Amino acid sequence: MNDQVEQLLGGNRRALARLLTAVENQVVGLGEILSDIFPHTGRAWVIGVTGAPGTGKSTLVTALAKAYRALGKTVAIIAVDPTSPFSGGAILGDRIRMRDLSGDSGVFIRSMATRGNLGGLSRATRDAIRVMDAAGFDIIIVETVGAGQSEVDIALAAKTTLVVDAPGLGDDVQAIKAGILEIADILVVNKADRPGAKNTVRSLKTMLELGHPGSRSQVVAHHGQLLQVESKGEVEHHEEMWIPPIVETAASEGKGIDELIESINRHIHFLANDEALVKLESQQIEIELYDRLRDALMAQLLQKIPGNVFADVIGRIQAREIDPESAVEAVLAKVP
Amino acid sequence: MPIRVLIAKPGLDGHDRGAKVIARALRDAGMEVIYTGLRQTPEMIAEAALQEDVDVVGLSILSGAHLALVPKIRQTMDKAGLEDIPILVGGIIPDSDRPALEAVGVTGIFGPGTSTEEIVAHIHQLLISKDTQ
Repeated sequence: MNDQVEQLLGGNRRALARLLTAVENQVVGLGEILSDIFPHTGRAWVIGVTGAPGTGKSTLVTALAKAYRALGKTVAIIAVDPTSPFSGGAILGDRIRMRDLSGDSGVFIRSMATRGNLGGLSRATRDAIRVMDAAGFDIIIVETVGAGQSEVDIALAAKTTLVVDAPGLGDDVQAIKAGILEIADILVVNKADRPGAKNTVRSLKTMLELGHPGSRSQVVAHHGQLLQVESKGEVEHHEEMWIPPIVETAASEGKGIDELIESINRHIHFLANDEALVKLESQQIEIELYDRLRDALMAQLLQKIPGNVFADVIGRIQAREIDPESAVEAVLAKVP
Repeated sequence: MPIRVLIAKPGLDGHDRGAKVIARALRDAGMEVIYTGLRQTPEMIAEAALQEDVDVVGLSILSGAHLALVPKIRQTMDKAGLEDIPILVGGIIPDSDRPALEAVGVTGIFGPGTSTEEIVAHIHQLLISKDTQ
């Protein structure tokens, strides 16, 4: 076994940090590392935290982590910020709001840049979660970049997904549209001590009733895509529904955090009871397999396509000699 | 692979404009900059450098406390097993204080008026020589 993996399993924090870098950089030999790690994963509870910018996600994550620490649980945090599309650089500033967590050896915070995977759940995030899981943390919190609607993919890696909203962000309905609302296991209205919070709660409630997103047990994986199953006129009796609760918090004051943890516990309980967890995990694995297969096939395919074919085809499309769809067929026809 | 840099403001002064300008310049040079905010203790800086697995730590100090802070930070980082991570200092550092900082292993000291290109070039140089060691 790789030395670093052994150190990781022994609780070495530098080894953990270095393996996270290896995962981010997708280094050569990562496959072997990940397969060494994999048997030691699956124990942590992964909580995804998503929502529009300015809703106070980082502050909420900090408060949540503090509360879990008070309960004696160890916490790892992955905080994602966007990579600049122009320079490839990034400013990762989530630690600023997480300073209260410093000095605690039961907490590990890692900032990650999206590196071109905005919205999509990058392979690196999935792998980073596994590395932290193997390191033995009880709770892993993944805070997504605050990009709103495109942040749906976090539900593919989290066991409990929190969608955070806050009053005063303009059009509430706009802030949380269908896609992101549907992935919520728990809706959090943060900054609930501010004026307008009740309105935000009310509009979320209305949307929940209207949209009827139901539980994720109604969402099935279909060839690597999540599909919502239409509920039949009468709800079949065999499955209990999880209705996402709306929890009000004022994270900077630590208010509502106990209630939030209670809701998370109820969700954990719900998943465990109904074999829903087994189903959720198998869906997540299926989608991950499709993702990885797609990446692998693409890489294989690109190796077989001579580089100049692209330049040639692009020119022909630009000259309106061929349409993009036919161009793809033409390219594929050249693959041996 | 993007270079990862920790930009930290140790000590008590609250002037972080310089730190933010540098953070932006490094980002624009394609680096990932972890910015920790104000009033960081040596322990906080060492901890962040370790968790974030950075290649370089940049300290911004305008309070005049650099002779007290920098050696302490170096020591704390060394104790955490981070001897290999170089420290750069930016801020108002009198020439007479430079030798003392260099003596504890600070590789770059950048005063007011330094161009951001110079800092970017210094980091690149630093990491190239580290790799070839």
